[in-house]
Amino acid sequence: MTGAMQLNLYLTLGLIFFCLGIYGVMTKRNVIGILMSIEIMFNAANLNLIAFSRLVKTNFGGQLFALFVIGVVAAETVVALAIILAVYKSKNTLNVDKINLMKW
Amino acid sequence: MTYVWFIPLLPVLAFLILTFFGKKFSKGSAYLAIGCIAVSLVLSYLAFFSTLGHKTFHQSFEWFSIGSFKVAVGAAVDPLAALMLIIVATVAFLVQVYSMGYMHGEKRYSWYYAAISLFTAAMFGLVLADNFILFYSCWELMGLCSYLLIGYWYEKPEAAAAAKKAFIVTRVGDIGLLVGIIMLYLKTGSFDFNTVFASNLGGIATVAALLLFFGAMGKSAQFPLHVWLPYAMEGPTPVSALIHAATMVAAGVYLVARAYPVFTPTALYVVAIIGTIGTFGAALIALVQTDIKKILAYSTISQLGYMMIGLGVGSLTAGIFHLMTHAFFKALLFLGSGSVIHACHTNEIFEMGGLAKKMKITTWTFIIGSLSLAGFPLTAGFFSKDEIITTTFKEGHYVIFLITLLTAFLTAFYIFRLCFIVFFGKPQKKAKKAHESPSSMTTPLIILAVPAIAAGWAAFSFGSFVYFKHPHEAEFNLPIMAASVAVGLLGIALAWKFYYKGWISDQELLEKMGPVRTLLEKKFYIDEAYSFLAHKVIVGGICEGFAWIDRNIVNRGIDSIAWFFKWSGDEVRFSESGELSGYVLVAFGSLALILIYLIASIL
Repeated sequence: MTGAMQLNLYLTLGLIFFCLGIYGVMTKRNVIGILMSIEIMFNAANLNLIAFSRLVKTNFGGQLFALFVIGVVAAETVVALAIILAVYKSKNTLNVDKINLMKW
Repeated sequence: MTYVWFIPLLPVLAFLILTFFGKKFSKGSAYLAIGCIAVSLVLSYLAFFSTLGHKTFHQSFEWFSIGSFKVAVGAAVDPLAALMLIIVATVAFLVQVYSMGYMHGEKRYSWYYAAISLFTAAMFGLVLADNFILFYSCWELMGLCSYLLIGYWYEKPEAAAAAKKAFIVTRVGDIGLLVGIIMLYLKTGSFDFNTVFASNLGGIATVAALLLFFGAMGKSAQFPLHVWLPYAMEGPTPVSALIHAATMVAAGVYLVARAYPVFTPTALYVVAIIGTIGTFGAALIALVQTDIKKILAYSTISQLGYMMIGLGVGSLTAGIFHLMTHAFFKALLFLGSGSVIHACHTNEIFEMGGLAKKMKITTWTFIIGSLSLAGFPLTAGFFSKDEIITTTFKEGHYVIFLITLLTAFLTAFYIFRLCFIVFFGKPQKKAKKAHESPSSMTTPLIILAVPAIAAGWAAFSFGSFVYFKHPHEAEFNLPIMAASVAVGLLGIALAWKFYYKGWISDQELLEKMGPVRTLLEKKFYIDEAYSFLAHKVIVGGICEGFAWIDRNIVNRGIDSIAWFFKWSGDEVRFSESGELSGYVLVAFGSLALILIYLIASIL
C-alpha cells in the first residue's frame, strides 16, 4: 500500500469521526452529550494531525500538537463541566432547549 | 530701592492674616491693616523722593517658564509709577483710617479690612509691574476685589447685583486687554514692557492700542462701558472713594499712560473722542441726579473723560496731572459725602439740607473739594483742568476744546447744586438730628483738603517729572484760562442763584427741561440699550438661533443615527434564537460553504 493511499484512509476515518461529532452536536439535547460529541471532533482533528506527521513530513511537530490538543481539551472539559454543574443547580435540567438564557 | 517690593507685599500680608485670623482680631484688624498701609505709605514717599532725584529702579525674577515661554515677576519704578504710588498710598491710607469710623460696628469688620488691603495691594502691584502678565494678574485681582467690596453688603439684593454688574462689565473690557496683550506678545515675543515698547510694532500698533484701551474703558468707566460705575455706589462709601479716586478707575488711565508708546495718532484720536463723549454725557446726567453718591459717580466718569482727553490729545503730562489732582479732591468729596450719609442715613440730597451749621468740618472740606472740582482759581483742579483744556486748543482739537469748556461749566453747576442743597438748603426731616462725624472721619477730610488745593501748585515742575519723550512745559494761555475760570464761576453763580437764592426751584427747572429731562434721568437709555442688546439681540436672537440649530439639526441628526441602530438591533436580535443546534448548523454550514468555495477555486 502506498503512503498516499494510507494517508487517505486515515483522513477518511478522521472525516467520518468529525461528521459524527457535528451530527451529535446538532442533534443531542443533553449538554453532556454535546460535550462528548465535541470531544469526538477534537479526536478527529488529532487523528489528522498524527497522520500528516507520520506520513507526509516525518517529524514530531504534529504529534506534539496532538498532545497539546489533548491537554487543552482536558482543561476545557473541566471548565465546561463546572458550568454544566452550575447550570444544573439553578435550572435543574440539562436539556439545552430549556436553557435559553442567551435568547434575544 | 529694593524696599519697593514691600509696598505691595505688606498689604498682602495684612490680607492673609486678616482672612485667616480676622475673627480673633475684631477691632484690632483695623490697626493691623492701617499699620501695614502706613509702612507702605512711608516707603512710597521714600521711593517718590528718590525718583525725584532721577533714580529709577528695576528688578525682575523669573516667575515660571514653560519651555522657552518665560514669565517674569518684576518691579519697576519710574516717575510715573512713583507718582501713582504716592497717590494710591495716600488715598488708601486715609480711606482706611476713615473706615474705622464709618464701618464701626459692622458685622464683617475684619473681612472689610482684609478685602480693602488686597485691593490696595493689587493696585500697588499693577503700578509696579514691569511686564504685561503681572500687570494683567493685578488688574484681574482688582476686578475681584471691587466685586467683593461693592457687594460687601451682599444681603442687600441691589448690592449683590451691583457687584455682579461691575464685575461683568469690566470683564468685557478685560477681554480686549487680554487679546491686546497676546497680540503684542505674538508680534514681539515678550511680555516685558521695555521690550514691547521698544520694538517696532508696524501695522498692528493701532489695533493693539485700541484693544488695550478697550480694557481701560472697562476699568476706567469710559463710554459705553461706564454703566457699572454708578451702581458701584451700593458699596460702602469709603470703598467708593477708593475705587473712584486711587485704584480701580485710575488703573485704566494708568494703563493708557504706561502703554503710551503703543498708541498711534489714530488710536489716540479714538481715546480723545471716547473721553469727550464720556465727559460731556456724564456731566449732563449728573445734573438731574438726586442721590449724592450718584452725582459724584457721574462726576467721576466725567473727570475720567478729561483724563482720557488729556492723554488722547497727546499730553501724557496733562492726563496724569489731572489723575493726581482728581484722586485727591474726589477722595475728599466721597469721604465728605460718606460723612453726610453717616449723619443723615440717606443718600437723597433733597432729604438733607442745612448741614452747614451742624457739620462744620465736613461742610468746609466738602466745599474745598467742590471748588477744586469746579476749577476755582488756584485750587488743584484749576491747574490740571486748565492744562487739559489748553492742550486741546493747542493741538487744534477745537470741537473737543469747546466741549471741555462746556463740561467745565456743567461740572461747576452740578457740584454746587449739590453743595447748596445739602449744606445750605432748608433742613429736612432726616437732617434734623445730624451731628458731626467722629474725628477718625473728619481728620482724613482735613488732611485731604490740603492736596485738594495744593497738589495743583506742582503744575510748574510736573511736566519735567512725568512726561513722554520730552519734558512737557506748562503753558498758560491767559485767554483760555480766563474762559475756563469764567465758565466755572458762571456755573457756581448759576447754582447759587437757583438753589441758594431759590430763583427757580429744582422741580420747576426740571419741568422746563421737558423731554431732555427724561432723557437725562434715563441716562441716555444706555442701560436700556444694554438690556435690549442682552435680552432681545443676544439671548432672543443669536442664542435662540443657535438653540434652534442645536435642537433641530444637531440633535435630530444624532438621534436618527441612534434610532437606526436601535431599529436594526431590534430586527436582527431574533436571529439569536437560543437554540444550540441552530448555531452549530450556521457555523458548520458556513464552514462548509467556505470549503466548497476554496476547493472550487483550486480546481
